[in-house]
Amino acid sequence: MSKDSIISLKNITVSFHGQTILKDFNLDIKDGEFVTLLGSSGCGKTTTLRIIGGFVKPDSGEILFAGKNVNNLPAHKREVNTIFQNYALFPHLNVYENIAFGMRLHKKSEDDIKEQVTKMLKVVSLPGFENRNVSSLSGGQQQRVAIARALVNHPKVLLLDEPLGALDLKLRKDMQTELKNIQKQMGITFIFVTHDQEEALSMSDTVVVMDKGSIQQIGSPQSIYNEPENAFVADFIGESNIIDGIMRKDYLVEFAGKEFDCLDSGFDKDEKVDVVIRPEDIEVSPPTSGHISGVVTSVTFKGVHYEIIVDIDGFKWMIQSTESQNPGDTIGLILQPDDIHIMKKSKYSGEFGDYSAFSDEMYEVYKEKKKKNKKRVGGKK
Amino acid sequence: MKLKPSAIYIIWMTLFTLIPMALVLYFAFTNPMGKFTLDNIINVGRYSSIFLKSIWLGALSTIICLLIGYPLAYMISKVNTKYQNIMVMLIMLPMWMNFLLRTYAWMTILENNGIINNILSSIGIAPLSLINTSGAVVLGMVYNFLPYMILPIYSIIVKIDKKIIEAAQDLGAGKRKVFSKILLPLSIPGIISGITMVFVPAVSTFIISKMLGGGSNILIGDLIEMQFLGNSYNPHLGSAISLVLMILILISIGIMNRFDRSSINEDYMSHH
Repeated sequence: MSKDSIISLKNITVSFHGQTILKDFNLDIKDGEFVTLLGSSGCGKTTTLRIIGGFVKPDSGEILFAGKNVNNLPAHKREVNTIFQNYALFPHLNVYENIAFGMRLHKKSEDDIKEQVTKMLKVVSLPGFENRNVSSLSGGQQQRVAIARALVNHPKVLLLDEPLGALDLKLRKDMQTELKNIQKQMGITFIFVTHDQEEALSMSDTVVVMDKGSIQQIGSPQSIYNEPENAFVADFIGESNIIDGIMRKDYLVEFAGKEFDCLDSGFDKDEKVDVVIRPEDIEVSPPTSGHISGVVTSVTFKGVHYEIIVDIDGFKWMIQSTESQNPGDTIGLILQPDDIHIMKKSKYSGEFGDYSAFSDEMYEVYKEKKKKNKKRVGGKK
Repeated sequence: MKLKPSAIYIIWMTLFTLIPMALVLYFAFTNPMGKFTLDNIINVGRYSSIFLKSIWLGALSTIICLLIGYPLAYMISKVNTKYQNIMVMLIMLPMWMNFLLRTYAWMTILENNGIINNILSSIGIAPLSLINTSGAVVLGMVYNFLPYMILPIYSIIVKIDKKIIEAAQDLGAGKRKVFSKILLPLSIPGIISGITMVFVPAVSTFIISKMLGGGSNILIGDLIEMQFLGNSYNPHLGSAISLVLMILILISIGIMNRFDRSSINEDYMSHH
């Protein structure tokens, strides 16, 4: 544990009904950071948050709070506050009493409570809302009351469980900015749970990418996006073409039947690797002047760009380009060294990165189809 | 001819509510010759001690039902959902047995040479006089009406969002504070309807007091019964007593509902 860790989870294992949710989980969270736990549903991110909040007891492992073990400290004695997914405001209390709830429990004076509640309502841009019924508020307003209710207690750490999930897109963006500002202003640690990669990238100091109860990568938003450690992270954060490659030597990789210069080194000679190429980095050219070429199979207009799927030797690449192409045409692809990112092979290799389908479910369907076609061809031979 | 649903409702209400009510009113305000009089209503005043006793015993058994019913309802709501339905069914099971039979069973238990006294005498303790006391009446009321207290409270408690409880814990509330600041205020609507559903039948019962209370515990229900079926046949007084009882019950429900509205915000109740 580093000295300035406010929360450390050590070798945490949790299972419900015989199903392992977190497996030998380790995480250090620095004081004052905005940390996001990112992953799809069932990856264990909410469980991690509930362990910190004191609502789930791990089967084994240690929870340290500023170096002190808090495994047996119940939720109401921990110096953390939570913002719940559906706000969980108290329906029988008005806005003022909702926010004052924690301070009243801690026997603060009425004057102090009044001053703090008024101040908090200003922070969350709801001045004058004291006497409103919580059920008469919009989703965004309820959300802000929940934030005020938690922050008024000056917790050392604020836990946020997908707090923006129920809001519409524009409001969500405003709230992202607002939350980030509040976090900077108050200087406390935020642990934020989401499945939305864009939200994670735009708000966090540190992103923790999780899958199946274990951490896949911890890093800044930039490093997670630009230098994903494995195929899961590359696929989960943004769009990625992930191609099988062989590292011929430092700064030289072979894939799609060609050798390319790259910026990566430190691999064994002829080591099998995963090559990541982001769709927005690929430049389209006439077929003869590109590094590689393929046939356009589909073009979808996305507003900012066209999403072009190109078949190169049976592997479907995705390209994002501001210029449209015609399906059936052959085009060339230009790949610069800094467009290419090399990853070590992992258990996720081969699972992601081919754009025959976007979802795992449809990908299975396509794989089955491919197999059947191959069999038919094989039979003819 | 096609009847609209509203027409069916109007016909039903006229036949089974309005006409009977009108008849009660008519009898309450007339003498046997069919002339208008206030004598019946004035005569009800002579039975004020019976009214007070009925209200007292009804209120007492309602309070006992609440004290037993609330913790039971809370416990059921805490049990694994798989077993909750079975537990609720077990609470309701005695209600499917004939009311008379249930009360009769208590008679054989409480009688001077009934089950309890037999057990007591076999271990050498002097027999107790249990039957024909107001205690026996209250016991009968509690036993018969307890499910009406448990069910509405249970159905409100299970609907309280677990996250609200967690939010209170998160803000520093221990078990007691969670109960007094969150659970209790949020379950008031269930408590109110439980109280109404127990108090109304308890205050107007006549079978329980007749079978378990003996002659010394006459309640309003018995009084009304006597005016219609007994020797002192007087439907005019009987109707007047019923009318006064109904008005008293309406007033108490009105007070309850006001309490309900002031303590819980209506929006929450209608949304959930």
